[in-house]
Amino acid sequence: MRQPLLALLAKEPAHGYELKLALEQTFGQAYPSPNIGQIYVTLKRLEQDGLVCSQDVEQTTRPNKRVYELTSAGREALRAWVEEPSDGPRIRDEFFIKLILAPMAGLADRIALMNAQRRHYLSLMRKLTDLQADADRADAPARLLIEGAVLHLQADLDWLERCQEELV
Amino acid sequence: MRRSEPRWPGVGDTPALLRARKLVKVYRADGVEVEALRGVDLELAIGEFVAIMGPSGSGKSTLLHVLGGLAPATSGEIWLRGQRVDGLSTAGWAILRRRHIGFVFQFFNLLSNMTVADNVELPALLAGANPRQARRRREELLAELGIADKAGAAPARLSGGEQQRVALARALANEPSLLLADEPTGNLDSSNTRDVLRLLRRVHAGGQAILMVTHDARVASLADRVINLFDGMVADDAAIVPIPRGLNGVRDVLELRG
Repeated sequence: MRQPLLALLAKEPAHGYELKLALEQTFGQAYPSPNIGQIYVTLKRLEQDGLVCSQDVEQTTRPNKRVYELTSAGREALRAWVEEPSDGPRIRDEFFIKLILAPMAGLADRIALMNAQRRHYLSLMRKLTDLQADADRADAPARLLIEGAVLHLQADLDWLERCQEELV
Repeated sequence: MRRSEPRWPGVGDTPALLRARKLVKVYRADGVEVEALRGVDLELAIGEFVAIMGPSGSGKSTLLHVLGGLAPATSGEIWLRGQRVDGLSTAGWAILRRRHIGFVFQFFNLLSNMTVADNVELPALLAGANPRQARRRREELLAELGIADKAGAAPARLSGGEQQRVALARALANEPSLLLADEPTGNLDSSNTRDVLRLLRRVHAGGQAILMVTHDARVASLADRVINLFDGMVADDAAIVPIPRGLNGVRDVLELRG
């Protein structure tokens, strides 16, 4: 949550709720709607780390709101984040660890684990294809986010199939 | 029919359209026997959409071909619309397919020396429709699939997506109660896949049952039920349980880093 908030603040100062709305509007309904409490906590930590600063802005009819602004250290941290390539494949896959370790401990058999996992993936895929059908064609970030998730999920299913071939 | 057969989620009390019992298929080549199907039980309700997944070599295509009578079963039973059909002759199967079964393949299998229109009209003509009926049905289908303007073209002049739509139109010409599809999107890019999917959804909504072999999880996720075939046997057979409204399940997939 830290870097997306920094990136939004690099555009213009904003208060917590505006940041929540901006995230939702940019990434569409496929993006897990950020919890407002989590946003406030993250902003407070960013401030402690000197990456943002804030000031209270008085409002006549409502309580004051706190507006956050990027510091030069924040801009530097953001630049470093943008320039660094992001992590690739997930080698530490939780299901895979389960698949290998649970049968060794006599906790489950592999076919049952794989079947349950495949069913779960397919349910997720159904959800994503529904989201995809609903997604606004003109809203490229939301559409591409869903497509990325679809491709990852397809890869997870292909990998599951490979596990089935080798381990059963 | 006895009611003691195994039941599957999603089938409920809907009468079975297709039922296979202990289906075995052994291929023999050069004195070597390969057991492609090793006792498959399967049931498909009227109007149901079932996807078959599984690793390559698990028997998926063989199963589809045997169920459609394109290859004879070595043993086991096949019932279609309450009638036992595994003992039919080649000609008997041809008649059954013409009336009740549509086939779609990965590589379209269109007749290259005939126009698109003729490809689509042929099954109706073979089934005994008069030319005017066959033509009307063809016009309806091509219009519905958005390729009415290609009627006079040779299949080779069309893109892969368009050829698959023609193949779908041909498969649907006689309004079969069962559509068998073998990797129908396997050779298509993602926008053509989306189009074919939309059409399959519409076919399904129209009450036709679909049994489809696919590697594409997007395609499979549209099915009512997914069968996982492994090593010639059914390893799993379960309805796709929709994730309730809200995005909790998707959160796992879409978690942005940071």
